[in-house]
Amino acid sequence: MKKSPILLLLLVVFTTISSLVNAQDSVAVNNTHTEAGNEKFDPGKMITDHISDAHGWHLWGHTEIPLPIIIYSKDRGLSVFSSSHFEHGHKTYNGYMIHGNKIVAVNEMEVTDAHSATINDQITEGVYDISITKNVMALLVSIVLLLIIFISVAKAYKTRPNQAPKGLQSLMEPLIIFVRDDIAKSSIGPKYKKYMPYLLSVFFFIWLNNLLGLIPLFPGGANLTGNIAVTMSLAVMTLLITIFSANKHYWLHVFAMPGVPVWVLIILTPIEILGVFLRPFVLMIRLFANIMAGHIIALSFVALIFIFGEIHAAVGASVGVVSLVFMVFMTTLELLVGFLQAYVFTLLSAIYIGAAVEEHDHDSHGHDAHVEEALII
Amino acid sequence: MELVKPAFGLTFWMVLGFLIVLFLLTKFAWKPILKALQERENSIEDALNAAKKAKAEIEGLKSDNEKLLAEARQERDQILKEARITKDNIINEARNKATVEADRLLALAREGIHNEKMAAITDLKNQVALLSVEIAEKVMKQQLANDDKQKALVADLLKGVKMN
Repeated sequence: MKKSPILLLLLVVFTTISSLVNAQDSVAVNNTHTEAGNEKFDPGKMITDHISDAHGWHLWGHTEIPLPIIIYSKDRGLSVFSSSHFEHGHKTYNGYMIHGNKIVAVNEMEVTDAHSATINDQITEGVYDISITKNVMALLVSIVLLLIIFISVAKAYKTRPNQAPKGLQSLMEPLIIFVRDDIAKSSIGPKYKKYMPYLLSVFFFIWLNNLLGLIPLFPGGANLTGNIAVTMSLAVMTLLITIFSANKHYWLHVFAMPGVPVWVLIILTPIEILGVFLRPFVLMIRLFANIMAGHIIALSFVALIFIFGEIHAAVGASVGVVSLVFMVFMTTLELLVGFLQAYVFTLLSAIYIGAAVEEHDHDSHGHDAHVEEALII
Repeated sequence: MELVKPAFGLTFWMVLGFLIVLFLLTKFAWKPILKALQERENSIEDALNAAKKAKAEIEGLKSDNEKLLAEARQERDQILKEARITKDNIINEARNKATVEADRLLALAREGIHNEKMAAITDLKNQVALLSVEIAEKVMKQQLANDDKQKALVADLLKGVKMN
């Protein structure tokens, strides 16, 4: 209780900085455009740029951290170089250039101006881009953080066996117990132990990245959990675990629901089969949409300042005050959403796994899963 | 739209990175942590059970003690009761004996007193007789100191003696 004013203050400071940095970014974007050809500020482009992946980590103005480009092409083989060679998409390099956030192959092998280069569609089709992009960088940072945090926590358990938790350990322990007791045990039942590592990893991975996404400064600010590739990977893992741990009761209920007339089965079985894939699909969409929406809302408030700023600087400033208040509110809300989405993803994964490994009749459990899903969507 | 198309590169790194993190965390974090938590929970439960058992044992001891105490108290009461009876008996016996003895002694004393009294009376009688004789002798001696008086006496005595 004593610490809460300090926490509140930190929150306010954090959200204010967040807004300011976002604002700064937008100024930069704005300036680039005005310099380039006195273009109008384009909020759609600004927001899309911020929430999508990039081949460099934009810090401010024209400063960005160059990231490694790793491309494998069927025709040209592997090429690895720094993204700084593209010069913010204005130059080609090694026969590649950035076109609308994607790397495409060009006919010109030597360094030329990107605007006059010609795209080679045939080679582009055989290009596999496994560059360390902004999101991959954020992924690596979060992996390192996760390893540092939880291996140190594990060490604390080893050095102080059978004692009350201390420090970081006492922060993580309630969460680990929460995942174990309230998510795994209650949804999966007696076989929960086997799935604990996956559920814990998913929970902390999503939560940490949701929080890092709220921090506007490097190494935060990447929209990792709001990226469809990431949520798809996680959802597919849940799907694979569900399919591979499913017992014959589960498949029986999918393909031939007991106690249902044959003519109903003709309708029901396709629905059930679809349901097997629909559930992880919804998992993917939910996390992606929620986190992306959070970023879009925060950026929209920034965009408002510049839209009004174009009318007059004073109007922009006064709108900025209002925007700032809303942004503080939204960021606070996003802190909650970040935790909630991690919880929901983990809980629903556990419920799907639980439905797959459940031994007895299907009557109550499947219902629960559907009902809860409906509630959370 | 670009945003809802999963990028190949990020998917590749995500799957690889997540599997590595899953493997490393499982091996070096989740398993030791969950094991430690389970162990701690078990040890807490064991400790609680042991405390419960100890409490029950103490309760048992307490009730045993109380039983012993009650028994001891009963025994004490029994002993006291017996002692009281014995005491009463002894007192009664002694009293009876004393009464009998006293009666006997009293009777003896009474007899003695009676005997002594009798002896004293006899003695007294004898003494009185002796004294009377002596007195009579002395009186006689006094009275018969001279002839006249003797004559008078004889005469007087003779007066008394009637010739029947």
